[in-house]
Amino acid sequence: MAKKFLSGDEAFAEGVRLARPEVISAYPITPQTIVVERLSEMVENGSLRSEFIHVESEHSALSCAIGASAVGARAFTATSSQGLLYMAECLSYASGGRFPIVMMNANRSTALPWNIYGDQRDSISQLDCGWIQAYAENAQESLDLALMSYYIAEHEAVSTPFMVNLDGFILTHTYETVDVPSQEQADAYLPPYETENKLDLQHPRNLAFSAGPEHNYIFKYKAHAAMLRAKSVVAEAEQRFAKVFGRCYTGLLESYRIEDADYILITLGSIAGLCREAADSLRQKGHKVGVVRLRYLRPFPSEELAEAVKQARAVGVLEKDISFGNEGTVFTNVNSALLQAGISIPSYNFIGGLGGRNISREDVTDIFERIESGTERVQFIGVEVDDK
Amino acid sequence: MSITAKNLPKEEYFYGHKACAGCGGSLAVRNALKVLGKNAVAVLPAGCMSAVGFNFPQLCFSNNAIISTFAGTASMLTGVEAGLRAKGLTDFTAVGFAGDGGTADIGIQALSGAIDRGDNILYICYDNEAYMNTGIQKSGLTPFGAKTTTTPAGQNIRGNIRPKKNMFEIAAAHDITYAATATVGYMTDFLNKVEKASKIQGTKYIHVIAPCPTGWGVPVSDTVEIAREIVDCGLWYLAEYENGKFTLNRDPEHFTDVSAYLKKQGRFKHLTDADIKLITESRDEKWRRIRNSWVCDG
Repeated sequence: MAKKFLSGDEAFAEGVRLARPEVISAYPITPQTIVVERLSEMVENGSLRSEFIHVESEHSALSCAIGASAVGARAFTATSSQGLLYMAECLSYASGGRFPIVMMNANRSTALPWNIYGDQRDSISQLDCGWIQAYAENAQESLDLALMSYYIAEHEAVSTPFMVNLDGFILTHTYETVDVPSQEQADAYLPPYETENKLDLQHPRNLAFSAGPEHNYIFKYKAHAAMLRAKSVVAEAEQRFAKVFGRCYTGLLESYRIEDADYILITLGSIAGLCREAADSLRQKGHKVGVVRLRYLRPFPSEELAEAVKQARAVGVLEKDISFGNEGTVFTNVNSALLQAGISIPSYNFIGGLGGRNISREDVTDIFERIESGTERVQFIGVEVDDK
Repeated sequence: MSITAKNLPKEEYFYGHKACAGCGGSLAVRNALKVLGKNAVAVLPAGCMSAVGFNFPQLCFSNNAIISTFAGTASMLTGVEAGLRAKGLTDFTAVGFAGDGGTADIGIQALSGAIDRGDNILYICYDNEAYMNTGIQKSGLTPFGAKTTTTPAGQNIRGNIRPKKNMFEIAAAHDITYAATATVGYMTDFLNKVEKASKIQGTKYIHVIAPCPTGWGVPVSDTVEIAREIVDCGLWYLAEYENGKFTLNRDPEHFTDVSAYLKKQGRFKHLTDADIKLITESRDEKWRRIRNSWVCDG
């Protein structure tokens, strides 16, 4: 274990190095580019042995990773925003073929208008494509997720691709002190990838085939079942991680001061730290508030979330996403989870940070106050425009 | 030893599929796999051959085979090749079989990327000159004058108004390691090029004419004959590109009648004498350029 001063992108690249992918397909896009730059340096200096492929597009980046995974090789790629949308066809392809590729996505706004800054509309638009989706809060968690994602994705009960999301710039480009494990530790944690779901010269197979309505339906059901099984494998991966590296994670979500909280703000990604600070200040003034950070959106922590907020009087969801004409998609998912659990409390949706617009401490404090006092069901924070 | 009808391996790697009677594409795939053998790892995009060969649970390749996305033949081939190599394997051929639309239109970017990287793959384009799997729509390789379901021959427009893209020379313009043209009408020429390509390290591109009787409007028994005639009348040519040099493999002294070739196909029935004259002139211009600048060994 060595301490290094790394950005989120660099920390993730360190995690990928430790996971020893056999094939890396690389295509640049801001704010992901640093990941593939660092990986190319690692290949150059010999600290990573990997086939490093300079693909000519994101579609080819994932198509290439699928080809590598289809012969049983551990594959990695990374993207962001327009790139994620450009490769979208391949997302369902990878999950339908049950190829456990790991991909880092630097969360970035999608055009139009063009914008390189962070929001989560890129990955959230792809929630239904069959990938596990995790959202890191800081550089350390980014590195750790690089390792855990392979463990979870490649687990025989799961065999599902994994997208690790880092908030563009706010996380990808912010430097923090990070514990970088040794290769020996990483090897002790992550076994080599073994699978029967591969093209095999000894046992030839036909993969990625067509299936008519009857079989197709069953394949889809099995993909869903595997994603649900990933919930317990996440727990297993984290227990194992704690044992090897001594760092603990809390499963599909992370709770903060919720035990006696009346009002809980649910969010995801790097904004969670500010939400916890705002909650601390409000606690000092006597407000019983807490925070839930969703670490995973797929599989969605429905039961865990219901358990976390069941004593609350109201909840809010702060997300960098909007499903135009409806509400934030995280909010939709949260409400569904509450409804399934029979929890009937007011819930409010706060849309913020789109196109990288800053969410301030005052904004978050105001959000807590609105949850407590009651407010509009869905609102864009800080927008005063009356568009009626 | 060159491949002949007599020594072509008896093993079958692509059988039991649902290709139409007289399908030129399935003929190309079946025979190319005989040459490449059991360690061929085949990538086929969405298209005719994947539609007829991969219907779970009736899977028709006895070698390793996988469908790629429509645009992703070459990029998946790259991943397959890199993955197997990373696993320490060397005795295999990563081979792609993509149609004309999958190659010259939607897949050209990935193919260009693979050639640019010099990936050790063999890419075979079976060219039936239209999107046949979806029902005969114009592709970038549909020839001038051809009627398709998106280039109808009417009073105002008489079929496809643009010539075929020149994929062979586009591949060559990348300074690819090896490229060749072929036709299922001259099968031994095609198979010997497959054999040759399989022994070359680097990126290999073979463009094989593979008639589709349904789309071309010819009897299902005439696939091979029409695939010969396209070369004999000079509308296609057999050539190779290697070490920066173009070689013409077959240089006929006399061409057969272009008009006869066109008139026996439903897709060209509407062409006027003026149209045919235009096609003949463009053929002659093409051959002038070939004979001026390529090495002729046939």
